[in-house]
Amino acid sequence: MVAVPTSAPTSEAPRSRGRRQRLTLERVIFFALFLGLPLLVYVLFVVSPFLQAFYYSLTDWRGVSAQQTFVGLMNYATLFEDENFRTALWHNGILLVVLPLVTISLAYALAVLVTIGGDSRGEVKGIKGASVYRVISFFPYVIPAVVIGILFAFIYAPGGGLLNGLLSLVGIDSQIAWLGSPRFAMIAVLVAVVWNMVGFYMVLFVAAIKAVPSEIIEAARLDGCGRMRLSVRIVLPMIRENVSTALVYMGIMALDLFVFINVMTPNGGTSKSTEVVSRYLYETAFQKSNFGLASAMGVVMAVFTMIMAMIVLLASRKKD
Amino acid sequence: MSTTQTTDAATTSRTHPDSAAPPARRQKTTAGDRVFGGVAHTILVIWALIVILPLVWTVFSSFKDSRSILSSPFSLPQSWNFDNFVRAWTTAGIGRYFFNTVIVVGSALVLVMLLGAMCAYVLARFQFPGRTVIYYALIAGLTFPLFLAVVPLFFVLKNMGLQGTYLGLILSYVGFALPFTVFFLYAFFRQLPEEIGEAAQIDGAGDFRTFFQVMLPMAKPGLVSIAIFNFLGLWNQFLLPIVLNTDRDKYVLAQGLANMQAQQGYQTDWSAMFASVTITIIPVLIVYVIFQRQLQGGVGPSTNK
Repeated sequence: MVAVPTSAPTSEAPRSRGRRQRLTLERVIFFALFLGLPLLVYVLFVVSPFLQAFYYSLTDWRGVSAQQTFVGLMNYATLFEDENFRTALWHNGILLVVLPLVTISLAYALAVLVTIGGDSRGEVKGIKGASVYRVISFFPYVIPAVVIGILFAFIYAPGGGLLNGLLSLVGIDSQIAWLGSPRFAMIAVLVAVVWNMVGFYMVLFVAAIKAVPSEIIEAARLDGCGRMRLSVRIVLPMIRENVSTALVYMGIMALDLFVFINVMTPNGGTSKSTEVVSRYLYETAFQKSNFGLASAMGVVMAVFTMIMAMIVLLASRKKD
Repeated sequence: MSTTQTTDAATTSRTHPDSAAPPARRQKTTAGDRVFGGVAHTILVIWALIVILPLVWTVFSSFKDSRSILSSPFSLPQSWNFDNFVRAWTTAGIGRYFFNTVIVVGSALVLVMLLGAMCAYVLARFQFPGRTVIYYALIAGLTFPLFLAVVPLFFVLKNMGLQGTYLGLILSYVGFALPFTVFFLYAFFRQLPEEIGEAAQIDGAGDFRTFFQVMLPMAKPGLVSIAIFNFLGLWNQFLLPIVLNTDRDKYVLAQGLANMQAQQGYQTDWSAMFASVTITIIPVLIVYVIFQRQLQGGVGPSTNK
């Protein structure tokens, strides 16, 4: 749920287990317990809700079990005529492009500084104090998103907030309510998310860059390759897989962001300036009790998530 | 940045590598390197400040009273008194939420590690029909957005009579943390040498004993880092509790904090809010400091090809 699996699943069958496995009574009980219990929980609480969501999206269900008529794709039609939904979807679309790009570029830049920022001659060396920077950068990742939301709501507060306070130190007397202003609210939320996630991907990229054989980097250097070229043209392609996994996960996050939006800008901000689908879905389901429509939103987002993931993964594979 | 300079440096070192005395790799730092190093450190220090400053500000503010937080956001607290913390812990109910979170996250963590390890072990070390299907069905759970499932999940729990109970919330946590857990432990169990299982069996250990007394202890490093990630993920979980856990007395921390903030706007009791935020961050900080190495190692174990 939270962290990022960085390797592709191993699909081949396990190395042959030698002899045939005998089916004893103990083994039957063993299988029933070891496989049955986890799968029971998984099917009951994960698989079945997902499947039901698809079905509900085709009904006009409002939570009272007796009244549940099959309405086909009507919910989907309603959705795309709903201006709020379109705004929300548009915001998710922008975030889908901007959030991964900003987070991952920043994370990569920091990772490069830390790993190959040392001397340009001799062995490939990291910068001094690399581990200190790494430890500090990673910390925001472990703070609960709710807390980050509240923390940044304080930072952005019009009076007494850290940001306006800092601005007044350099002589700008701003009384801007950053989260209340339709112009800045989305950017303000975005900054909080980036603050939260950069360190995690930085550490991921540091591990990946360290796994690049150092002969390759040294050879490139001997050929007169500068740091900028080295990091963009040599190292980046070599850790492509990690970058694309990171893109997919930041993309999934951009299509969600429920916690941040809900905490920082309740009700989707001034004139819906920070409305996103996940928050609108929550409101539609649990405040308006329109479960059919809410499920349709969820399905739309699930489809988008999958398309996004497939595009990124295919694009990164094609360069081979 | 200083690309041209560094390229120069690299070329000069290439044109006369044998001249002077190159005592292997102990050359003096070039000017380009120094400029680059300076720029790099400046950027990293600025970034580190951006990370640290809000946290320090929060901790300081949690010792001040609401008035001085608003009037002088940068001053140091006048006295280090813990009134705000006491008020947050008791009046604002953070203590209660903290307790609930420990129960829910603690139980869910133990359960998901046990069930996840069992499931991953069977999938990784036994060959049976349907194995691949189960594996992929589990992995698919990693990609579906959680908010698609919460609406039906609410009713699943309601129909089972588990809505608004600790158990319902715990089982939901377990279900949604399971794919991640199995995914990583699967890789771990596959790495363990086959001979060990065989040796245990020749010695007469059954499947259960082989698992609990041989395999589980061997997988300990993997279990530890996945448990930490699960702990953080569950401790931070927000959507599941606000949907499923509607009873105020059973609120978890994240939920209680969000609720507190929503009710106050950000006008009234700033200092209790800051204190609550500090209380929430501290356990995470402790876990982070203790397990820092495993955490960062855990991010990239599979990147070492």
